[in-house]
Amino acid sequence: MNRLAVQLPGLSLKNPIMPASGCFGFGREYAQLYDLSQLGAIMIKATTLEARFGNSTPRVAETPSGMLNAIGLQNPGLQKVMEEELPWLAQFDVPIIANIAGSTMEEYVEVAKEISKAPNVYALELNISCPNVKKGGMAFGTVPEVAAELTKLVKEVSEVPVYVKLSPNVTNVVEMARAIEAAGADGLTMINTLLGMRIDVKTAQPVLANRTGGLSGPAIKPIAIRMIYEVSQAVSIPIIGMGGIQSAEDVIEFFYAGASAVAVGTANFIDPFVCPNIIAELPALLDELGFEHISECTGRSWKKGEPSVYCGA
Amino acid sequence: MMKREHMMIVAHEPIAENIYALTLTGPLVHEMNKPGQFVHIKITSQADPLLRRPLSLCQIDKETSQCTIIYRKEGIGTTLLSEKRPGETVDVLGPLGNGFPLDAVKAGQTALIVGGGIGVPPLYELSKRLVKKDVNVIHVLGFQNKDVMFYKNEFAKLGETHVATVDGSYGTKGLVTDVIAECAISFDVLYACGPKPMLKALEQAFPNKEVYLSLEERMGCGIGACFACVCRVPNSETAYKKVCSDGPVFKAGEVIL
Repeated sequence: MNRLAVQLPGLSLKNPIMPASGCFGFGREYAQLYDLSQLGAIMIKATTLEARFGNSTPRVAETPSGMLNAIGLQNPGLQKVMEEELPWLAQFDVPIIANIAGSTMEEYVEVAKEISKAPNVYALELNISCPNVKKGGMAFGTVPEVAAELTKLVKEVSEVPVYVKLSPNVTNVVEMARAIEAAGADGLTMINTLLGMRIDVKTAQPVLANRTGGLSGPAIKPIAIRMIYEVSQAVSIPIIGMGGIQSAEDVIEFFYAGASAVAVGTANFIDPFVCPNIIAELPALLDELGFEHISECTGRSWKKGEPSVYCGA
Repeated sequence: MMKREHMMIVAHEPIAENIYALTLTGPLVHEMNKPGQFVHIKITSQADPLLRRPLSLCQIDKETSQCTIIYRKEGIGTTLLSEKRPGETVDVLGPLGNGFPLDAVKAGQTALIVGGGIGVPPLYELSKRLVKKDVNVIHVLGFQNKDVMFYKNEFAKLGETHVATVDGSYGTKGLVTDVIAECAISFDVLYACGPKPMLKALEQAFPNKEVYLSLEERMGCGIGACFACVCRVPNSETAYKKVCSDGPVFKAGEVIL
C-alpha cells in the first residue's frame, strides 16, 4: 500500500506534495536538481492569454519569517505554455495543475478552454486571488457572487476538474468558499498570499516597486491553518492547503486542519530540495504518529469521535 | 554544477568599515569555476531571516578548497552573518549564475576592470585569472571614502590600480568615470561591477567597446524560478533576462539598465 497516495477530483497523486504556483516556474530549474516525477503534482506558474512582463523591480522584499512578492503574473502566455512548457513537462510522470489568470472573465474562459485540453493537465487552479495585478486577479476573489460567476463560466468550458484558489484578503472566507462550491468547483486551494507592504526606513518609500505585495512564508501559516480549519468544516469539496509549509510536520498540521493535499511555495526558494525531502520524511512521521495512511489525518482537529491515536514514545 | 552544502568557516574578519572577508571551505569549491559567479547563503537554520543572501565570490582556491566572499554588513542578514565565527558552518547553495567571459580578451591585450563599492569583490578573481593568461589589467576602484576602501593593495599587485573616493579622502576625488577620463585609459575590453548608475555611465561612455557588466538585484530563489530579478531586453514589451540565471554578467546593451 502506498501510504501517501491521495485521490482527488481529476488527480490520482502518488503523494500529496506539490510545488505551489509561482514558486516553481514551469519546473525547468528544479529539474536540474531532482527528478520531478517524485512530486505528487506540479502547479505551474499562472498562465494568461498573452505574454506578460509583470511588475518593475524590486519585486521581492523580506519580512519577519516571510517575504513579500509582487511579480505581477509574468508568464510567456497561453500559446507558448501549450507549445513549449507543457510538452516539456510531459517527460515526467507527474500530473500538472494549470494555474490560470486573466484581466477579464472572457480571458479566464479562453485560457481554461485551451489549457485544459493539454494531455498532462489534470486539473485547473483558478487564480482569483493574485494581489499583484491592477486588473483581474484578486478582484475576482473578494466578492462571492463574482467568484461564483467566474467559477461557473470556467467549469462550463474546462475539460478537467476546476480548483479555485482562495484569497485570504476577505472578511469571510467561509462565505466565499460556499459560493464557489455552489457554483460547481471541484476543489479549493488555499491560501494565496496576504496583501502586505514594507517601507524603507531611509527613503520613506515602499520597498517594492509595486508598493504592495503578497506575503508568503512561515509567517502566514497560522492564518492558512485557521482558514482551512473553518472552510473544510463548511464545504464538502477537498482542499489543497498551502501557506508557509516547510516540513513534514507542517504538512500533517495542514491535514489535521482539513487539507487533503498540500502545496509548498516559498520554501522552494530557501531549500530547492524541500519537496522531495518532505516526501521522504513523511512515512517515518506517520509511523511516529501512529497513522497507516496520510488520509487519516485530514480534518482530525475537528472530526468527532476520532481521538488522537498518538500514545507517545 | 549547483549544489547545496554546509561549508565551514575558516576565517572571518572585518577588512574595512562594515566590510567583512569570509573564507569558507568544502568540496563545493571544486564546482566554482568562473569569476563573477555567486553563492546563495542561508545564514541561520531558523525561519527568520527567511531568505538566502546572494553574495559574489571574491576568490576561488581549488588547491586549498577555499573560497572567499567579501560582503557589507548592512541589514539583519549580513549583521547575523558577521557574528559567525571560524568553525561554524553556513548553508551554501551554488555556484550560481554565469561569470565574466575570460575569452573576450586575448593575451597581450588590455582589460579595464572597474569596480564600485561592494561591487569590487568579484573583480579580484577575474583580474587574477586574466593576469594568469597574460592579459594586461588596469583597475579603477571607486569607494564612498577611505574607511570603506578595501583590496587596493591586492589589486595593485596584479596591475595598475587607480582609486576614486566620492569625498576625496583617498585617490582621485569623484567617480570611477572621472578617473578613466582624467587618465585617458585605453583598453580592449571593459569589465565592471557596481551600482547601476555607475554601470549605466560606463555603458554610455564606451558605446563602441566590448563591455561586460555584472548586475545586482534583489533575489528570491537565485536559480531562475521565481522571476524576482528580471530585467527588460531592448525593443520588446515582454522579453526579459533573469539576473540570477541568465546573468549576473551581461554584455552592454543586452539588457536595459
